[in-house]
Amino acid sequence: MHELPITESILKIVLKHADKNNVRQVMAIHLRIGKLSDLEDDWIQRYFDYLSKGTVAQGAKLIIERTPIILQCNSCKTSYEADMAAIGDAVCPACGQTDSTLISGREYYIKDMEVQ
Amino acid sequence: MDDVRMIEVKEEILADNNQVAAGVRDQLRSKKTLLINLMSSPGSGKTSLILRTVEGLKQGVKLGVIEADIDSKVDAEKVAARGIPAIQLRTGGFCHLDATMVTQGIDALSANILDLIIIENVGNLVCPAEFDTGAHKNVMILSVPEGDDKPLKYPLMFSICDVLLVNKIDYLSLSDFDLAAMRKRVLALNPNIKIIEVSCKTGAGLEEWIAWLQKEVESFRSGQRSK
Repeated sequence: MHELPITESILKIVLKHADKNNVRQVMAIHLRIGKLSDLEDDWIQRYFDYLSKGTVAQGAKLIIERTPIILQCNSCKTSYEADMAAIGDAVCPACGQTDSTLISGREYYIKDMEVQ
Repeated sequence: MDDVRMIEVKEEILADNNQVAAGVRDQLRSKKTLLINLMSSPGSGKTSLILRTVEGLKQGVKLGVIEADIDSKVDAEKVAARGIPAIQLRTGGFCHLDATMVTQGIDALSANILDLIIIENVGNLVCPAEFDTGAHKNVMILSVPEGDDKPLKYPLMFSICDVLLVNKIDYLSLSDFDLAAMRKRVLALNPNIKIIEVSCKTGAGLEEWIAWLQKEVESFRSGQRSK
């Protein structure tokens, strides 16, 4: 639902780096987005295609790596992966406690880009 | 034809917003104004809670409200009718407030010296969770008719809040809402969250909410850093 402002930020950062590196064409952008985010990959690409028209990033493909939701048990410190739909019912596989801290799953990160 | 090469970017996509948000937090802390971001689904009672809070807070606590709505000013008018400075931000279709929009709201309220500003965010459990507004504390409402499964559907929102108000508990006997199951799910996501059951209709439980808020306001006024 909030793909548009996220996509605007992505484009702004990409164009800044393209400008710094004398890029003629951005081919692909590698992103890392946590699984806790509700963003839809297709919509980010569609918004990006629209916003990037007439820039060196026009036509660039967004390649999105989804980082898993990782919880760490507050009792025994075991880290384990949780599913988005079941995160509220997640229990530590080692000791059975439900008290945990989120250590990964909220990333919004641009790793690198392929350019000419 | 040029060879394809790789450029390292290594940037947080939301870095700009996070930076503005951190600036808002520091600026208000130096003015001893506590900023609360209130979030919930549409219709769960954000405006009612603010009106009840206006009634409940001690005399002398100066409150301002930033209302966000896609395109109306109904909420700000209700709050302003109680003599509380209220600014309506129309988000123009946006589903959430970001820190820059909040800055505009704070500027518009700047004629008043305030102890507390409450942001009534856009009614939505998804997008507002992703955007730091610059608030010192995040508070959300879950109302009984929405169901006890909401923490399973919107885990991010429940994981970022300091306080959860379970509103419309007067409706509990008419519903199959399982308070214990809801509580267990929320605490699994966020063991530090404070859960308070309230009814903005009957007034039940509101004294605990007001006491929490009053304590936060006072710790800000005395210049202490609250955790």
